[in-house]
Amino acid sequence: MDKNERTRRKGVSYAKWGYIFILPFFIAYFIFTLTPQIMTIYNSFFENYRDGLTQVGPNFVGLENYVKLFTPDKSGTIGMVKYFGNTLVLWIMGAVPQIVVALLLAVFFTSYRLNIKGQQFFKTVIYMPNLIMAAAFSMLFFTLFSPVGPVNQVLVAHGVLEKSIDFLSLKVPVRVLISLMNFLMWFGNTTILLMAGIQGIDQNLFEAAEIDGANSLQVFFRVTLPLLAPILVYTVITAMIGGLQMFDVPQVLTNGKGTPDRANMTMVMYLNNYLQTSKNYGMAGAVSVVLFAVSSALSLFVYNSLSSQYREAPKKRNRI
Amino acid sequence: MKNAENTKGRVLLILSRIVVYCILIFLSIVCLFSFYMLIINATRSNAQLQAGFTLLPKNNFFVNLKNAWTDASINIPRGMLNSFFIAACSALLTTYFSALTAYGIHAYRFKLRKAAFYFIMAVMMIPPQVSAVGFIQMMYKLKLTNSYIPLILPSIAAPVVFFYMKQYLESVLPMEMVEAARMDGSNEFMTFNRIVLPIMKPALAVQMIFSFVSSWNNYFIPALLLDKAELKTVPIMIAQLRSADYSKFDMGKVYMFILLAILPVMVVYIILSKAIIKGVTAGSVKG
Repeated sequence: MDKNERTRRKGVSYAKWGYIFILPFFIAYFIFTLTPQIMTIYNSFFENYRDGLTQVGPNFVGLENYVKLFTPDKSGTIGMVKYFGNTLVLWIMGAVPQIVVALLLAVFFTSYRLNIKGQQFFKTVIYMPNLIMAAAFSMLFFTLFSPVGPVNQVLVAHGVLEKSIDFLSLKVPVRVLISLMNFLMWFGNTTILLMAGIQGIDQNLFEAAEIDGANSLQVFFRVTLPLLAPILVYTVITAMIGGLQMFDVPQVLTNGKGTPDRANMTMVMYLNNYLQTSKNYGMAGAVSVVLFAVSSALSLFVYNSLSSQYREAPKKRNRI
Repeated sequence: MKNAENTKGRVLLILSRIVVYCILIFLSIVCLFSFYMLIINATRSNAQLQAGFTLLPKNNFFVNLKNAWTDASINIPRGMLNSFFIAACSALLTTYFSALTAYGIHAYRFKLRKAAFYFIMAVMMIPPQVSAVGFIQMMYKLKLTNSYIPLILPSIAAPVVFFYMKQYLESVLPMEMVEAARMDGSNEFMTFNRIVLPIMKPALAVQMIFSFVSSWNNYFIPALLLDKAELKTVPIMIAQLRSADYSKFDMGKVYMFILLAILPVMVVYIILSKAIIKGVTAGSVKG
């Protein structure tokens, strides 16, 4: 087609239109993403913040911001490591059930034998939380679980608790709430992606396995799972990149403090603190560079683990 | 013997169906319950909410609506208007320019074509928070804080939407049609607007919804850039509710604020759920 076009047109070149059409995208990308990205990295080598009304810097300090980032504070904890750990724990608590449940549902929905009715309804319901404003969802959970909220009212009324407790001041309940919200917001999306993956598998393989007398468990572990592996790996890693960006839900639920005792402070909340309060571009830059390094490593891994058979769209949306 | 095995199989199938339906119904209830509570609580007055928990609606819905709508410190109608304006503009820009870029790379053969394509693919996975520091600093320098420009214009470059559009064009656009338009003397830009865009309508619609929703829900960057009350968007206002001393608040009003924040998206979703769910995978799985 390429050659044909060229000969038919007898020398009229349309190539310049290609450049014209892609130009706005690249200009916008250059101004609003690439330049800020370079500025972010550049900033990470400078001391540049506001202390009250006085502006400190920018002064070149080399790697000092990074050293500071990984230096233990008075109590001996290293902020960055702690917040990375928090993010990881919160992510695992939400993502493991999310992927297991999504896999299970995807198998149910695609099973010819089970022949589930009302699929459209179930899919509509489980996907819905994905579109909800994370800040509002988190605020809703805050009101439901606050000391005067309905959950406490019910537990006290039925004698489970003697008096209402402040769930938001306890480490484990806050973690459970954050992961529950992340689970609810993403398992429907994952189910739909995995379903498409299973439907992409050659149906004859399932039939052949059944004729050979394999039961459903065997079919799942010996046929579905191995063939779904590339998509599954892809799903896990995009979820991980999304998990690194976890912000809205814990930010609103804990009012930006990661209560109790910063045990639920995530990496992006940490970044946000530097930007919001002291305009500390130096430290915030260093945090961003670390975040960038971790997610780039993960992205590289996705591309390498994708087999050519399953070219999936990197479906990245702002995960919370 | 064979019969017995058959009945055994049937019983097993029925049992597994029951278990599966129970799981599905349970998960559906889990998904819907918090929203049900939200709607119920939005119909109750503060006193009724303090009195205890109930699963049945009360009659205070319109009072709460009026209180929330006319609240002095949180101007939710203004916030919704602001959010709507930003989300609508971003959705239009994202879809139009992603389609334009996708068509540019799909339909023309030029030297940097491959390079441009691989570049966009490579940057697709970079989290937006990573460039936030430089972005915020740049907007402060350009005096563009408390402006919607930094919230709208960057949506011209949306790698994920570009990729979706590219996939779509590959599957639907017959180049003969473009050729025919050329023969008729249509210039390339007209061809794109008059012939290619209409063919892409389904893809444009789906992406418009997704980008509208993600812009409507966006909290991180707007919260760092907008501090003038009359410019604030809905998510910022919701977060503000959280940082206020909620014990002094009329809780009925708080539930109403949350309901108003998610309602527009909910309504669109309920009307278009089928197309939206299809859109989740349509661009992402090839073949």
